[in-house]
Amino acid sequence: MRGILFAFGLMLCALPALAFDIEATQDFGPEAPLQRLSVLSTTDTAILEPVITAWLERNPGLGLRYVMASSQEVYRAIAEEGAAFDLVISSAMDLQMKLANDGHALALPADLVAGQPVWARWRDLLVSVAQEPVVLILSDSALRAGEEVPRTRRDLIALLRDNPERFRGRVGTYDPAESGAGYLFAAQDARLSDTFWRLAEVMGRLDARLYCCSVDMIEAVRAGQLLVGYNVLGLYALAGHSEGLTVVELEDFTLTLLRTGLVPRMAPEPEAAVGFLRYLLSQEAQALIARGSGLAAVEAAAFERNPHLRPIRLDPGLLANLDPVSRQRFLAEWRAAMEQP
Amino acid sequence: MARPVAFSLRRRLVGQLLALAAVLALVLSLAVRIGAERAAQATLDAVLGSAALALAEEMRAEEGGVVIDVQPATFSMLAAMGEERIFYRVDIGGQTVTGYGDLPLPEGLPTTLAPVFYTVPFRDARIRVAAVARSLRVEGRASPVLVLLGQTREGQGAIAARLGWQAAALGLAVFLVAIPLALLVARSLTAPIDRLAEAVGRRGPRDLRPVRDPAPRELLPFVTALNSFIGRLRGTLSQTETFIAEAAHHIRTPLAVMRNEAELALRQSGEEATRARLRGLIRSADDAARSAGQLLDHATVLYRADQADWARLDLAEMVRAVAARLAPASEMKDIDLVLDIAPALPCEGDAVLIEAALRNILDNAIKYSPPDTVVEITARIEGETALVRISDRGRGLGGAAPERLLRRFRRGDNVGDVTGSGLGLTIVEQAASAMGGSFRLRAREGGGACAEFCLPLV
Repeated sequence: MRGILFAFGLMLCALPALAFDIEATQDFGPEAPLQRLSVLSTTDTAILEPVITAWLERNPGLGLRYVMASSQEVYRAIAEEGAAFDLVISSAMDLQMKLANDGHALALPADLVAGQPVWARWRDLLVSVAQEPVVLILSDSALRAGEEVPRTRRDLIALLRDNPERFRGRVGTYDPAESGAGYLFAAQDARLSDTFWRLAEVMGRLDARLYCCSVDMIEAVRAGQLLVGYNVLGLYALAGHSEGLTVVELEDFTLTLLRTGLVPRMAPEPEAAVGFLRYLLSQEAQALIARGSGLAAVEAAAFERNPHLRPIRLDPGLLANLDPVSRQRFLAEWRAAMEQP
Repeated sequence: MARPVAFSLRRRLVGQLLALAAVLALVLSLAVRIGAERAAQATLDAVLGSAALALAEEMRAEEGGVVIDVQPATFSMLAAMGEERIFYRVDIGGQTVTGYGDLPLPEGLPTTLAPVFYTVPFRDARIRVAAVARSLRVEGRASPVLVLLGQTREGQGAIAARLGWQAAALGLAVFLVAIPLALLVARSLTAPIDRLAEAVGRRGPRDLRPVRDPAPRELLPFVTALNSFIGRLRGTLSQTETFIAEAAHHIRTPLAVMRNEAELALRQSGEEATRARLRGLIRSADDAARSAGQLLDHATVLYRADQADWARLDLAEMVRAVAARLAPASEMKDIDLVLDIAPALPCEGDAVLIEAALRNILDNAIKYSPPDTVVEITARIEGETALVRISDRGRGLGGAAPERLLRRFRRGDNVGDVTGSGLGLTIVEQAASAMGGSFRLRAREGGGACAEFCLPLV
């Protein structure tokens, strides 16, 4: 299986003339492929690797270059620099929506789009390739004997408020000023529920620590620095070893993020990109992703089985999240909640 | 015979009706499409305008700047119809504070709080923009605020296109229904022409009456022209026939004078050689008079056949009268006329024609019969017709076909020394057919000929 796979590892220095910051580059497939598909993504290489390998086995002669970057850099690469990528996969739904809205995406074939549930696509430009819940993680030492795992935000607020000594400085969440995903989650939370601002105030009073990324938060909980991580992407929480911590999908609502893919207008190999996307959306590939990473497949049934899951609405409403004036106002309120006298 | 250059009125009519139907279908489709486009545009403009107004109205100045509340729900709603793309721009005091700074401005500045709509190309799409202006007190000064909210209108286009296609389908259906309808209309329009043509075509060869069949008003010029043509033809024919009749008449009178003179001379002359010559002269004068009489009869028949001056009459009565008139001629040759005549045979026809026909038949029978024979005359009802049969024991048809003998100036090969013009049987035949009857001539078993003259009974 690895016979056709040439892993070049980190190739930061080998990539010429890319003005945006990339985190990692990996080439799959033969050394001199007939056609090389380049994918720009925010998703860790390891998670998609089984799918990429399986696809290349089916399409001998093809190669795939996988470039990883942060969501802001992914957006900048396509919108501002017109970088030549064939497929863009990002967890930043708002930025992906803006790319599609502003005309940077190529229309996908009708049959590919028609197979997707309405909530998992926007027009024929943007499709969801994976869905993942935004969860609460608890260290095992967060709860004393006899205490129940909080099931709603109200429970969580009560737990934090009743035990300020235990949780002071040991609650973590995304920094919405720093992280696009964190801002998206906070804004969605604020839209969906009034409890969000109460929770923010409680966390502010407990000197909550703010993180740029889910991975850091999970590490901090595992290392015992944090007892509670709020709004953590399920993918990362479940991908590693989960002993010592509990993953909670809050029952009042649990946001579900859609990782979306689009083919940029400037794509050099759009047909190959559609081919890969088609495979990525197939049941087989979705099963591979689910097995390897715990990332839930894109399926409507998941929301019927779990009524607390709320997919973040994939439509131009997300553009309002990116409005700088609204954003400043939201962040000002957030800071006011966090920094209490 | 060369046919006139032909084109089909029906085909032309169908073609033009179908072209009309196609144009109607096209116009219908276009009208619906444009109407739907306008209606959809008005509806969508109202939503877009109120969203832009809401965005403008919710702006307020606070400590540290202007608060702009861009609601995700508003964008979601605007984008929902046909999954449109959304663009916006907010300018305060001429400076873009948020949104797409390159979104084109309206041509004229909108008046306060009434949205202005315009369509512009933006990036790779055409967008519909609602512009709303207001003013806001920022740091004590009134600043103009301009809010632009734009959306693509692919949904609107799709609706209009769908309705347009439906209208086109409807138009096509109308078109398809129009085809048999057009055929039907064309048929009903051309039917009077067909009927008229059939009525004219059904006429007998000598029927020169004017056309009186019902005809549509549009065909009246044609019918009038046809009637005038028929009138001229009849005029020409009747002139010819009048001329013949005049000529025959002018010959007959001097012939009669000449015969009388010859008879007087015969009575006065005692010299045998001169008497023989005079008798020859008298016979020739008789023959000439008979021929002139037949020419006159023929002309009369031709003329009167066209006049159709018909009346009710009794054929039996007429047969008896003709037999009585020719009785002296038969007595001269010792020929017995045996009559078997029904009491009454009511017919309709021209008495002059019937008289001429019967006289010619009987005259022929007597002329060609040898002395001391019998000529049988029967007149009775047979089926729907009145039949007059005159049989003789003369020299028959001499093997000639009866039709040949009915032609003008045609005589049998066995006439021998009997003089004749060859007109007699022609007169009979024409008289019979002019009145819807018939005339047959056949050889009789045991020698002689049998002539049958039929007229329809009333």
